[in-house]
Amino acid sequence: MSEKAKSAKEHKYEGGLAVVSADKVKDPGLEPHRVRMTDKSDKHERSANRQVAALFLLSAFGSIFSIYAYFAFPITEDLATVRANNLWLGLGITLGLFGIGIGAVHWAKTLMPDAEVSEERHQTRGSEEVRARAIEIIKLADQESGFTRRKLIRRSMYTALALFPLPAIFFFGDLGPNPGDSLRHTMWKKGTRLAKDPDGTPIKASDVTLGSVFHVIPAGLAELHHDKLNEKAKAAVLLVRVNPAELIETEERKGWSYDGIVAYSKICTHVGCPVALYEQQTHHLLCPCHQSTFDLVDGCKVVFGPAARPLPQLPIAVDAEGYLIAQSDFNEPVGPSFWER
Amino acid sequence: MTNNMKKTLKNSRRSPLAAILVIAAGLIMSGGSYAVATAAVETSTAKTAISAQEQIVEGEKLFLANCATCHGTNGVGTKAGPTLIGVGAASVDFQVSSGRMPGQASGPQLDKKPVQFTDEQIAAMAAYVASLGVGPEIPTADMIAANGDSARGGELFRINCAMCHNAVGAGGALTEGKWAPALAGVPAKHVYEAMVTGPQNMPVFNDANLTPQDKKDIITYLNYVETNPSAGGYELAGLGPVAEGLFLWIFGLGLIILITMWLGAKSN
Repeated sequence: MSEKAKSAKEHKYEGGLAVVSADKVKDPGLEPHRVRMTDKSDKHERSANRQVAALFLLSAFGSIFSIYAYFAFPITEDLATVRANNLWLGLGITLGLFGIGIGAVHWAKTLMPDAEVSEERHQTRGSEEVRARAIEIIKLADQESGFTRRKLIRRSMYTALALFPLPAIFFFGDLGPNPGDSLRHTMWKKGTRLAKDPDGTPIKASDVTLGSVFHVIPAGLAELHHDKLNEKAKAAVLLVRVNPAELIETEERKGWSYDGIVAYSKICTHVGCPVALYEQQTHHLLCPCHQSTFDLVDGCKVVFGPAARPLPQLPIAVDAEGYLIAQSDFNEPVGPSFWER
Repeated sequence: MTNNMKKTLKNSRRSPLAAILVIAAGLIMSGGSYAVATAAVETSTAKTAISAQEQIVEGEKLFLANCATCHGTNGVGTKAGPTLIGVGAASVDFQVSSGRMPGQASGPQLDKKPVQFTDEQIAAMAAYVASLGVGPEIPTADMIAANGDSARGGELFRINCAMCHNAVGAGGALTEGKWAPALAGVPAKHVYEAMVTGPQNMPVFNDANLTPQDKKDIITYLNYVETNPSAGGYELAGLGPVAEGLFLWIFGLGLIILITMWLGAKSN
């Protein structure tokens, strides 16, 4: 082979499948070298020298200052001291690190040699001799290990490797547990008292005056230890009293309110934000996230915005002592749509 | 010299500017003397001591002159304004001393304006409206003192108020031109009265919903937020993640882009 005689530059480039055009763009070469001020004038070089030194010294100052700030602005019982501590420590460390970086870059840009250099892009393909030798070595390795020859070993090795990742599929199952039907039910049951958020004191119907808005959780939620937030996220309810004459109720829901007091789920049917912005005069309920607007006197139907379904209504009644109670759970899952809904 | 002076005097007498100046002087004189006269009348009435019954009578006079057009004689209400029977002295004190009433432009929501009455006049009107029907009373100084539990107040605020007024009371938008005002600088008395009366589209938080102690805790929380700098640094008006993101995108990212441009540029 005459490959050894050919130099790298003369190696014929094979474009493979690329289209090689006759009048392709010519290599423009390097742009004309522009002489820097620091090379032309001694004064500029000296001042660049001082600038780099100044930047490094600034970094040193920053590092020392942050040590000083650690002792001078300690974090105490007063929460406001966090602010000063964060600010000065942060600025000190930033100066310390940035000073080194900017100083180094400035040094390289102004004082180090700025001659343009080209990098040759050689073919990565090896010479024929090298390629032949490589094939020889691979064949030798196969021969010595007996990989091709020993069928039993090879096949049993494939079996072991194929089965090794399989347990992970079952381990990932532990990422659960599956929600099951927990999205379909909330803590509300027949007879559960409506209680104030957050302390859980029950609410009397007479407490709810015209125009009032109560933020309600089921009685017993405030004392829950396990899963409290999950249950609250489903069971949060808004209790409002409107003029009964303004209330538009369907036949089947006539018994779900009490003298103008209505209770609706607080979880938006769009993406699940709590809908609690109640406008007393327009009786609209606004969700702050995507501005779904619900009409409270008309079954919380959607009057504006991206929500697709009205808010579920909690049927309420009054028990013997005058406290508001739920008649049952919601008649549909609360909150946003999900696949199996 | 004197010839020039005479000439300029003659010119200024003939100048059209002179007419404007004379009219302006006349208006200022008549307006100023009216203002002085009314001020004199107000200060003179404030000096006399008023009994409760006189206060109600005075309040009725003011009501008929300023409020009855929309709220009806005896406060029964008209198409233009709701009935005031049962709204209580707290409503009047809140609406009038924050300047919202007398309502001027009709629209989705009335805004604060310069207050149009003196404290005595407001007290008189409040007494009159309170006499029309039982309603929430003006809170005492002890009820609005900021010596409650600010942590509990914060929890109650976040549950009941923050959805409209923002987690630190920076205000928020409602539908169709309405808004929940920012609470910074709002006197504690107005905060209490607004909670208990439910002005305009704000719901009513009666004493069974938020007890007077709860309301005091909320006032304490708002006072704390207003008087203490945020531990996290510059609050950006307490507007939350959008304002902070905008700040970072403009200044933070801008700075990074400038530094990147400098890094890649050749030195001169």
